[in-house]
Amino acid sequence: MKTRAVAGGVAGLVLLLAGCGGGQPATPAPSTAPSAAAETGTLTVLAAASLTETFDALEKRFETDHPGVDVKLNYAGSSDLAQQIVNGAPTDVFAAASDATMKTVTDAGLAAGTPKIFATNVLQIATAPGNPKGIAAFADLAEPDLKVVVCAPQVPCGAAAAKIEKATGVTLHPVSEEADVKSTLGKVTSGDADAGLVYVTDVSAAKGSVQGVSFPEADQATTNYPIVVVKNAPQAQLAQQFVDLVTGPDGQQALEEAGFGPGK
Amino acid sequence: MGSPGPVQTHGQGAQRGRRAPAVALPRWLWIPATCAFALVALPVVGLFLRADWPRMPELLTSEAALDALRLSLVTAAISTGLCIVLGGPLAVVLARGRLPGLRVLRSVVLLPLVLPPVVGGLALLFLLGRTGLLGRQLDLWFGITIPFTTTAVVLAQTFVALPFLVVSLEGALRTAGGRYEAVAATLGAGPAHAFRRVTVPLVLPGLASGSMLAFARCLGEFGATTAFAGSLQGTTRTLPLLVYLERETDVAGAVALSLLLVAVAVVVVAVGRTRPTEGLP
Repeated sequence: MKTRAVAGGVAGLVLLLAGCGGGQPATPAPSTAPSAAAETGTLTVLAAASLTETFDALEKRFETDHPGVDVKLNYAGSSDLAQQIVNGAPTDVFAAASDATMKTVTDAGLAAGTPKIFATNVLQIATAPGNPKGIAAFADLAEPDLKVVVCAPQVPCGAAAAKIEKATGVTLHPVSEEADVKSTLGKVTSGDADAGLVYVTDVSAAKGSVQGVSFPEADQATTNYPIVVVKNAPQAQLAQQFVDLVTGPDGQQALEEAGFGPGK
Repeated sequence: MGSPGPVQTHGQGAQRGRRAPAVALPRWLWIPATCAFALVALPVVGLFLRADWPRMPELLTSEAALDALRLSLVTAAISTGLCIVLGGPLAVVLARGRLPGLRVLRSVVLLPLVLPPVVGGLALLFLLGRTGLLGRQLDLWFGITIPFTTTAVVLAQTFVALPFLVVSLEGALRTAGGRYEAVAATLGAGPAHAFRRVTVPLVLPGLASGSMLAFARCLGEFGATTAFAGSLQGTTRTLPLLVYLERETDVAGAVALSLLLVAVAVVVVAVGRTRPTEGLP
């Protein structure tokens, strides 16, 4: 009797789980019927967190041009997003902050076509406003009294920092290696670190709460931003139009204003 | 408190060691109970299935993993010690003290239970960070900065784990009641003597289970640590922080470290659930 009751419980759980999943089939499956008139629906874009400000602006532009279309933007670290796509999250467009994370998706055979580099980014030193420690060059970061924060080498911004260290022969002794670039920036904004290595776009997005110090060696570790339409995208046509907007003149201008370098 | 209820004198003593007679459970109970069990157990099973067993020894003995494990165990042990030394007396005050506003005090102590840990970390940063309320003075007067140090990890863990110990111990103190102390007083024991010889031995099992909970919570701490202490191998990067970082590039490594955390947690629970604490609040 006991085992039967347990079996009943398991069956109940399966039903429960099935019931939870039951919400999804309610959304129509548009990809099966690519009607020309269908300029409606939801376009899901997964984009690297550093693109937040730019893609928010481009979302508005796209929705104005395509009334009836709702663009849903999901920002996170590129590798998290890549994992989501690989694990089956319904996605139309993926914009990553590194070639490596894009490769996760292309290797899984989940890209429709070849990714296009639509922007580039370089590192900059972020300091407190007014640069009280007088940091002028990359080599200044090796100063022993300076509290420097970088990204961990496992994430793109940290990989770029490591590349510059190698190229310049300057070894940094960071007080912390953060898991993402916004955390690195946060330690500088809070005043707990004297300097941080972040993207030039993070400094401009911080709007004056930190000061950026450019250094020529930054060009040795340019980060590419690839974009691609995801295979079996629910809104394949709209997805391509969104990619065209990003890679077109309007998108490029918005990206340039945010501090990104031109695409390739 | 002052009126000992003669009927229920033996509250827990009489129950110990005697199994309750078997009572038939309503059969529907099994369904939600099984669901609840599956919800907890199945994800762990998933972790086991994803593990790269042949690479396991190599993944777990990397320098980064060993440093993180050592740091996690040491900081969790120190934090648990702090929880006992500071939280123990606090629990006694909350359970037995006569203060106006004790309820408010208790709600404040429970805050870390309901706050997202990352909020706790930010709060610590605003207090003890280099530009924080106290942190600024510490830096100016003594040249001490707390963020990015192992001390910060311990503070973050103590912050989140303290309520676990306080709640368990306060519960044990309330269950034990004040009758034995009252008797001790009639026999001439002063408050300090009665506390040491009567109260502490009575609530020792509660203290033990509370400490185990606190230790486990310290081991799992992530949000407050990352916000307040940062992440540097050997100094502030505990196991959960390393898991979070490893999953960026090496999912197999992250899974291996997660299983290590599961193993440590199982040991902690097994030790914490040994006879003296079984069945106590």
